[in-house]
Amino acid sequence: MVKLRINGVEQSFDGDPDTPLLWFVRDELGLNGTKYGCGVGLCGACTVHLDGVAVRGCLTTVAEAAGKSVTTIEGLSPDGSHRVQIAWRELNVPQCGFCQSGQIMQAAAMLEANPNPTDQEILEGMQGNVCRCGCYQRIVSAVRHASTGA
Amino acid sequence: MLHHIEKTLSPRPLPSGGTGRTVIENVSRRGFLAGAAGFAVALQVFPADAYVAYKHGGLTMPNGVVDDPHVFVAIAPDGTVTIVAHRSEMGTGSRTSIPMVIADEMEADWGRVKIVQAVGDEKKYGNQDTDGSRSLRHHIQPARDIGAAVRHMLEQAAAAKWNADPDDVEAIGHEVVHKSLGLRAGYGELAEAAMALPTPPRDRLRYKDEKAFRYIGKGAVQIVDLHDITTGKAVYGADVALPGMLFAVVARPPVVGGTVKSVDASAALKVPGVVRVEQIPGTPLGSKFKPLGGVAVLARNTWAALKGRDALKIAWDDGPHAGFDTVAYEKELRASAAAPGNPVRDQGDPEKALAGAARVFVREYYQKHMVHAPMEPPVALANVADGKCEVWGPLQSPYGARLDIADYLGMKEEDVTVHVTLLGGGFGRKSKCDFAIEAAYLSKLAGTPVRVQWTRDDDIRHSYHHTTSVERIEIGLDKDNRPVAWRHRSAAPSFLSTFAPDEGVQHPIEVGMGLEDMPYEIPNVRAEQCKAMAHTRVGWFRSVSNIPRAFAVQSITAELADELGRDQKDFLLEMIGSPRKLDWQAMGLAQPMWNNGEPAEEFPFDTGRLRGVVELAAAKAGWGRQLPKGEGLGIAVHRSFVSYIATAVRVTLGADGTVRVPEVHVAIDCGFVANPERVRSQMQGACVFAMTAAMHGGVNFENGAVQESNFHDYRMVRSDNFPEVVHAHIVPHPFAVHATGVGEPAVPPFLPALTNAIANAGGKRIRDLPIGDQTKA
Ligand code: FES
Ligand code: FES
Repeated sequence: MVKLRINGVEQSFDGDPDTPLLWFVRDELGLNGTKYGCGVGLCGACTVHLDGVAVRGCLTTVAEAAGKSVTTIEGLSPDGSHRVQIAWRELNVPQCGFCQSGQIMQAAAMLEANPNPTDQEILEGMQGNVCRCGCYQRIVSAVRHASTGA
Repeated sequence: MLHHIEKTLSPRPLPSGGTGRTVIENVSRRGFLAGAAGFAVALQVFPADAYVAYKHGGLTMPNGVVDDPHVFVAIAPDGTVTIVAHRSEMGTGSRTSIPMVIADEMEADWGRVKIVQAVGDEKKYGNQDTDGSRSLRHHIQPARDIGAAVRHMLEQAAAAKWNADPDDVEAIGHEVVHKSLGLRAGYGELAEAAMALPTPPRDRLRYKDEKAFRYIGKGAVQIVDLHDITTGKAVYGADVALPGMLFAVVARPPVVGGTVKSVDASAALKVPGVVRVEQIPGTPLGSKFKPLGGVAVLARNTWAALKGRDALKIAWDDGPHAGFDTVAYEKELRASAAAPGNPVRDQGDPEKALAGAARVFVREYYQKHMVHAPMEPPVALANVADGKCEVWGPLQSPYGARLDIADYLGMKEEDVTVHVTLLGGGFGRKSKCDFAIEAAYLSKLAGTPVRVQWTRDDDIRHSYHHTTSVERIEIGLDKDNRPVAWRHRSAAPSFLSTFAPDEGVQHPIEVGMGLEDMPYEIPNVRAEQCKAMAHTRVGWFRSVSNIPRAFAVQSITAELADELGRDQKDFLLEMIGSPRKLDWQAMGLAQPMWNNGEPAEEFPFDTGRLRGVVELAAAKAGWGRQLPKGEGLGIAVHRSFVSYIATAVRVTLGADGTVRVPEVHVAIDCGFVANPERVRSQMQGACVFAMTAAMHGGVNFENGAVQESNFHDYRMVRSDNFPEVVHAHIVPHPFAVHATGVGEPAVPPFLPALTNAIANAGGKRIRDLPIGDQTKA
């Protein structure tokens, strides 16, 4: 039995402890904002926060999260008003939207650790998150906007 | 009251993850304020004869166009307007833009509009096949008709209520007013009486003057799913669940047309959570969207299904395509394109002109099979129970899926319901509903709801691949170096092979994408298609055959300009020649060119507009200026999906050969634009998509099987190296210049603009795609 906190709520899981967090939050908890895009850490669609740090939900097992605190996109802000979410809307970032929870979670964790990233730090910080629709120009602008208001 | 349509249209609430409807509570402040301010302005409407309804390709699509307001609009007593989105949303914004056009024309307040997504039912909604950059092109006019009809009905209802002359009342800003009597009634109050009226005939409709548009053309209305997307609430294919649902993954034959020889599922069945293992029958090439077959593992959760699949021991019979090999096939295509093929265009006497030319300039361009790789891999949920089948999925063609599922299961169309979720990207992959058929078939076998999830590996290995092609062009020059003859041979397996026994011949649609309609003003032109047999499922991919055609035509143009010591842009304009409307008979075609299904009278191929975008992109990019060493500017133009796009790409070439794209200027002439903000986002996205295609796009087959499997070897452009600033320059037009395609046409010109820029930066001339490491050699 693994115990962990998801979005502030105590959860326990008695299934296979090697189950990736991605499938635990989706299949067991119905938290569908975390997306599957590759399953092997190559796209970032599954990005969640583990004790505040961005991790790939497809590579992090439930066992590795035992006793820790996981935040998914649903828990980032109760009403969707995290500054990164606001920036994403103000700059009309999404196209299909599928990659965007992962992008937002990545950006939020990055800004938490480094509130004023340089452009180069933004590009590098976001390079693990693929957007097949090609929203990168706006993603980079939105991270900057969330960081500096510019 | 309301609204039989509310009941019948609105899909029953999704079993989980939301209601399937979007309440737009949080309209863009800018958009709302602009609209509210606009309400003070008197509405100008014009009689029907000021708006000339035009013929467009939507009318000849299967099941045509429906513009009955009763089908698309419902108004609740509280004034909430519900508009049906009948096209699938995959990132272009059409789920927002078409209802926005209806709302504007009917004078509804966008802040009080709700969107519901239609189920697949073309008899009711008309064509729903979201493909071919057609959504606004085919639906902007019907959307105005719908909106104008609702406005008319509301005015009639108010006039009846007040016993007034309908000419004295006016619908404006979500209410109808009688100016001289000082009466007003809200849309909610009038809804029941208004919507009970019959649809007015078109000649009774009056349309808003374009100057009175509140939302159309402004770019201030945000996509309706924006808040849900940024909070993780938006519902995609894998986000719908039913009680008792099993999670399935399928091991498919590595080679298309392969079948299961034997399977040992004992270890798989021991994986905790695995419930059952089922076979899906294999299908040969040419089986349309029938599943490839294979072995499915059904489990209590995705993780168990994946582990179960890993534990399967399957022996495959690889079937007739086991010898397919990319390296060998490239040689085959080159040999095919080197010999005469079947003429599809014969203008003047190209053979004689080539034979008599002072010199002939020949180049050959090659592109590999590619994979759409939408961010959301294929996925669908089905529930077959009590003689009915209900499906949820990210489907570009929900009605097509409904028919194909009914056919595969041996059910009647009426017993199959297909709900459309948001699509996490489509790019043509999700026009093919094999994944939904798999779910339906497995649900029928299992007697429970089943959701089939494709992994990324599945997606890359079992695609409906973009064609691979050799495009060989010969240009005959006279003694003064004037081009007098053009011969283009195209060898590319056709998507026809996915639908019928393969004859190695391209479909008229593929021929129509830059082969038959090459616009240069050269007196003698011949286009031929050369035989190419398919060995994988070939399917359309964003921009389809326009990609290799634009690459070939725009590359050889720049190469010949260099050869002749000419400026590439000037030479391109010279090749396009005089501003004129292309005439199929003068072009030596046997029938009118395909023209993306649009009637030529309404949507002529206008070389003046083609020239216009070249000049615009060149001017914006500062064509002709001196660039630092290691930088290059490239330009290319192509008309596709009836839109004219020129792209100027600036490249920097690192000392190690790394290609970077700091800036792109895209000039787009796509007629009237409903939502310029979404056009800009499509231009930006298309450049990224095209850069991926150019740099990395290409799968390799060995022994019949795709060798790539995930984003490590099927690479994507990422934020560490992408077209950093894409400027979209939209040529402004009034409504009378018909709206044309946006989702696809910016992809094709990017590739040759990029490779021209690389050459101009001092890099290698790229003739074979993908570029990969060629600039590093
Ligand atoms: S799904 Fe986890 S990184 Fe792609
Ligand atoms: S918005 Fe579609 S993948 Fe990023």
